[in-house]
Amino acid sequence: MTGFDDRSPIYLQIAEQIETGILRGELRPEEQVMSTNQYAAHYRINPATAAKAFQRLVDDGVLYKKRGIGMFVSPDAPDRLRARRRERFFAEVLEPMVAEAAAIGIPLDDVIRRIERIREEDAR
Amino acid sequence: MSLDIELTDVHLRYGSTEALAGLSLRLEADTICGLLGRNGSGKTSLMSLLASLRRPDAGTVRIGGRDPFEDAELMSRVALIGEGGSDPTDNVADVLRSAALLRPSWDAGYAARLLDRFEVPRRKAIASLSRGKRAALGVTCGLAARAEITMFDETHLGMDAPSRYAFYDELLADYLEHPRTVILSTHHVEEVASLFAQVVIIDRGRLLVHDDTDEVRARGTQVTGPADAVDRFTAGVTVLGRRDLGRTRAAALYGTLTPERRRQAREAGLDIGPMPLQDLFVHLTADTEKEQS
Repeated sequence: MTGFDDRSPIYLQIAEQIETGILRGELRPEEQVMSTNQYAAHYRINPATAAKAFQRLVDDGVLYKKRGIGMFVSPDAPDRLRARRRERFFAEVLEPMVAEAAAIGIPLDDVIRRIERIREEDAR
Repeated sequence: MSLDIELTDVHLRYGSTEALAGLSLRLEADTICGLLGRNGSGKTSLMSLLASLRRPDAGTVRIGGRDPFEDAELMSRVALIGEGGSDPTDNVADVLRSAALLRPSWDAGYAARLLDRFEVPRRKAIASLSRGKRAALGVTCGLAARAEITMFDETHLGMDAPSRYAFYDELLADYLEHPRTVILSTHHVEEVASLFAQVVIIDRGRLLVHDDTDEVRARGTQVTGPADAVDRFTAGVTVLGRRDLGRTRAAALYGTLTPERRRQAREAGLDIGPMPLQDLFVHLTADTEKEQS
């Protein structure tokens, strides 16, 4: 009922949504994020679940708490997130792609040629 | 004083039937808790002990440290809403009037708004209401009571899907304004699971699972791939169920997978996915019939 999938715990999905919002610039450093209760009501989830997502982001240094006011985006959050997603890129994006290419019989040379073509097109 | 719930080694019999067979459970105050169990597993018995409609044959029930039985002050702070319950010759307005007398925390304005939202006619006798409207009246009484412990025993079962979702919205919104303990038993596990901070699963009168909803979800893993690879991967772990499609096998595992195990699964070409809460519940409680027959 929430628009979340079953692939991972809901609190992780909320945390990822907020992270994606920051990476896309929809949420800027020093900007206040919605409260746990607003999140809970909006997504129809228990506020404890929303609080868990926020706690994780605070632990990761993505958000910080101003006492009595709310949660804010850390100044260095976009840099942190980009660094972390870069680390995950090869394991989570590239390696599965290589495995898929092998499974369906696409030679890696074809993949590399295509990547080079995209780079040339982008360069123009 | 917050009303924490503590049941210790509780037994309850009806004649030769043992409804609760040594159940122990602690619930902290002010959480929304889903109470799951098959028919006859003891959900209603458990809630009637908390509502002090019954006294256990053995073991102790404590609410806020007190024995709730015949404690009128405590009971005015505990509400149990079943599927029916009201005198069928009363009309809706009578039911609300007696609820208001019974409950110091009753919010008449909120009750009126809920009745409007669920479109429950006020002048009709309870007996002439449809099943869905009777359920909506029950839900209204439960929410507007604002009792510190509010239990819905499959109250919303008879409501159609739009009304059930309206109920979930109201429950959450009112809980955010007025945090309190809510225990909800339901067979519609999946549609309401995201509201639960905790899940309690009971089976044959005993506690099977009690944990944060996310933790419970994380206990079920579905592994899919070639049958022999799945079997190699699942050797020696608890497999709740298997299904085959041609040479592809899907196995439901109980227990959280470590990152190392996940990596092994990926390398063996296996698909790993979580199990919906409802499936996990079905797997965990499915052998009840077999063992009983």
